[in-house]
Amino acid sequence: MASQVNAPDCMENPTLGFQNRSLTLLRYFAYLASGIVFGFVAIRSEVISWYRIQEMFRFQSFHMYGVIGSAVLVAALSVWLIKKFKLSSLSGETISFETKAPTYIRYIVGGSLFGLGWALTGACPGPILALIGAGLPAFILVFLGAVLGTYFYGLIRNKLPH
Amino acid sequence: MGISTFLTSPWPWYIAGPLIGLTVPVLLLVGNKSFGVSANLRHVCAMIPNKHPFFNYDWRKTGGWNLIFALGILLGGILGGVLLKNPEPLQLAASTQADLQELGIAHDGSLAPQSLFSLESLFSFKGFLVLLGGGFLVGFGARYAGGCTSGHAISGLANLQLPSLVAVIGFFAGGLAMTHLLFPLIFR
Repeated sequence: MASQVNAPDCMENPTLGFQNRSLTLLRYFAYLASGIVFGFVAIRSEVISWYRIQEMFRFQSFHMYGVIGSAVLVAALSVWLIKKFKLSSLSGETISFETKAPTYIRYIVGGSLFGLGWALTGACPGPILALIGAGLPAFILVFLGAVLGTYFYGLIRNKLPH
Repeated sequence: MGISTFLTSPWPWYIAGPLIGLTVPVLLLVGNKSFGVSANLRHVCAMIPNKHPFFNYDWRKTGGWNLIFALGILLGGILGGVLLKNPEPLQLAASTQADLQELGIAHDGSLAPQSLFSLESLFSFKGFLVLLGGGFLVGFGARYAGGCTSGHAISGLANLQLPSLVAVIGFFAGGLAMTHLLFPLIFR
C-alpha cells in the first residue's frame, strides 16, 4: 500500500504539491462520505438490527438475503467492469485486487467463531459503529470486546492452524 | 411518499442492497481501497504502543483512510438512528416474534431488544458476558478468518474469491449454531 502522494513532486513544484494536497483532501472527504452513506443505509434497511439478524438465521424473512445478495451482485458487476475497462483510481494508479490465500482452516474456524458472535450480538464490525451512533451505548462494550478479540488473535496467531 | 417520509421509513432490500454494493467500486475508484471494516479493529490495536509484530506498523499510513470511513459509519448511524430516526416500531416476522418469545426475548419494536442491550443489562453479569463475549468472538473470528461480512461476504465474493465463500459459509454455520443450538442454553 504505497502512499499515493508523489513526494518529490510536492517539493519541486509547489503548484503540483497543492494539487496533490487538495486531491488527498478530496479522497478523504470521499471516504468519510461513503462511510456516512453506508452507515445510514445500514440503519434504514435495518440490517444492523438484532431482530432482523434473527429473522435471517431462522429463515423467516427474505429481507437480509435480498440486501446481501443484491449488494454482492452490484459489487461483482462493478468489479467486472473495472477489470474489463482496466480503470484507474482518482489518483491515477491501476486498481488492484487482493487474492485471498487458499488456506482453508482459518476461513472455516475463524468464520464460524465470527458467526457465533454475529448471531449473539446481532452486529458485525461496521454495524457495531452504526449502532453506537444510533444511540445504543451497550454496543460500546461489544466494540471493546471486538478490539480485545482482535488483540488476543494477534497474541496467539502463531500457535493457531491457518 | 414525501422525501422526509422516505428518509425516515425502512428501506426495502432492492434499494439498500445495491447502495451497499456500490461502496466497493466507490472505494476502489477513489483510492484503490478494498472495502472491509474489521481491519479497523487491528488498526485500533496498533494505536496502542506495542512491539508485537502483528500490531507494530504505521496505522496512519495503512489504515488512515479506513478509520475515516469507519468514522463515517458512526456519523451515518447518528444521522439514520437519531436525527432521522424511524418513528414507527420495527416490523418483525410473526414467526420470529413467536420463536423469540419462547426464549423470553420480547419484540419491543426497537433495533435491538432492550432486555439485552439496555444500559441496565450492561451491569448484569449475564448481559455483560453476552455483550463482551459476543464482541470478542466477532473480533477474534474476523481477524482469524481475515475479514468480516464486508471484507469477505461483499468484497471477497464480488471478486469471486473461493476463500471468501468458505468464510461466508463459516459465518452462517456459526450463526445457525448460535441461534438454534446455543440460544436455548443461554436464554432459557
